[in-house]
Amino acid sequence: MTKEDIYAQLKSIIKIYLPEDVSVDDIGPESHLINELNINSSHLIDVVLDLEDAFDIEIKDDELEAMDTVSSALEIIQKKINN
Amino acid sequence: MPDISEEKKREYFTELELRNFNSNGILYGVIAGLDALHDAGIDKTAMADEPDWGLGVVFGTGTSGVEKFREAIYKLDDGEVRRLGSTTVGQTMMSGVSAYLGGKMGAGNQVTTNSSACASGTEAVLMGYEQIATGKAIQMLCGSCGDDGPYVWGGFDAMKVTTFKHNETPTQSSRPMSATASGFVPGSGAGAVLLESLDNAIARGVTIYAEVLGGNINSGGQRQGGSMTAPNSIAVQKCIIEALQNSGVNPEEIDYVNGHLTATVKDPVEIENWCAALDRQGADFPYINSLKAMIGHGLAASGSMEIVSALLQLHHNFVFPNINCEDVHPEIARLIDPQKIPRHELNVPLKTIAKASFGFGDVNACVIFRKI
Repeated sequence: MTKEDIYAQLKSIIKIYLPEDVSVDDIGPESHLINELNINSSHLIDVVLDLEDAFDIEIKDDELEAMDTVSSALEIIQKKINN
Repeated sequence: MPDISEEKKREYFTELELRNFNSNGILYGVIAGLDALHDAGIDKTAMADEPDWGLGVVFGTGTSGVEKFREAIYKLDDGEVRRLGSTTVGQTMMSGVSAYLGGKMGAGNQVTTNSSACASGTEAVLMGYEQIATGKAIQMLCGSCGDDGPYVWGGFDAMKVTTFKHNETPTQSSRPMSATASGFVPGSGAGAVLLESLDNAIARGVTIYAEVLGGNINSGGQRQGGSMTAPNSIAVQKCIIEALQNSGVNPEEIDYVNGHLTATVKDPVEIENWCAALDRQGADFPYINSLKAMIGHGLAASGSMEIVSALLQLHHNFVFPNINCEDVHPEIARLIDPQKIPRHELNVPLKTIAKASFGFGDVNACVIFRKI
């Protein structure tokens, strides 16, 4: 799976959790999930569950803490898939 | 059970809210609550930044979402705590319904859930009324909801208080006040009304279905014949009498009674209590009916669903028929004139009406409404 493929899938998952006033076009690699995309912090848990299902990986609690931007999420997924 | 299509759900909930959503009590409650708000001419679709400090919610329930709770228990027992996601708490906590509504409405006053079994809906209206009457709120959305399915109803079946004699003829199974009543038929759903200070309602120029004159909430303390499941008749009478006193209404002014009347062996006892509390019997008794013949016993939802039916009758001057009561129970016929238990829809002017609900735990609530 290429980085572009992962990014596209990641974006489609994040899209579900965007509040009404944030558009999918606002998602960029450096977007901060909570501060910029305004995703409700409790929904980050649901984003992680969706990522686990989509990529067949497991994201640990301490990794979740480090997952604050789109690119950090991408990095974690890439690392997990390559292992 | 209400039949709610996926399209209908999307009129009230966002796609995100509907992800892993499995709580019928909240589903029904939100639909009824937002419909009541809409009917009262209050539009909360434009999200203001600040909450409406004068607007609150009292929404009763027995349980929010048993199916969701069951789903969570299975996951937990499988060691999958983290797979519960972020919405399990909101969907299973008792106050889930008022929390969902409060958020959708931007309510900034008291937002709470009350629970007093089958008295919950009527109690909610009286709690909201108090909040306005004491000047603490301007508008209160009051109602109640009830979840459905075997996990909610099984316990009642085990107690043999639900009927099993009409499985082949389901439309005839719920028979309040009938000689052949053999237990209640469980139902579900939600009802809601928007209460508002009279000044505010007049200033807004909206339809006023009725004025809440007052009411009473009490308990029989599971004494004097009362128990977890049976009412203390003295407490029931006291509740009705004090509701009238609190409202400044004489018993003879009551034109119509919306009964609790579940179609169990306790129906004649309820009629006896109404007769004693109002000191009226025979042909002098007001008109009385029970919505449960048509929609079953909504348990925690029953009081509010029946209040909606009572207010519509008051507003449109009619008494709906007691279907399935072609054979009035002889003990009831001895107490009141069967003409007061209409079997066909009656068009009669109504001015002052009483609604009471009684619940497990020996709890009672009675509210008096008047047309203005």
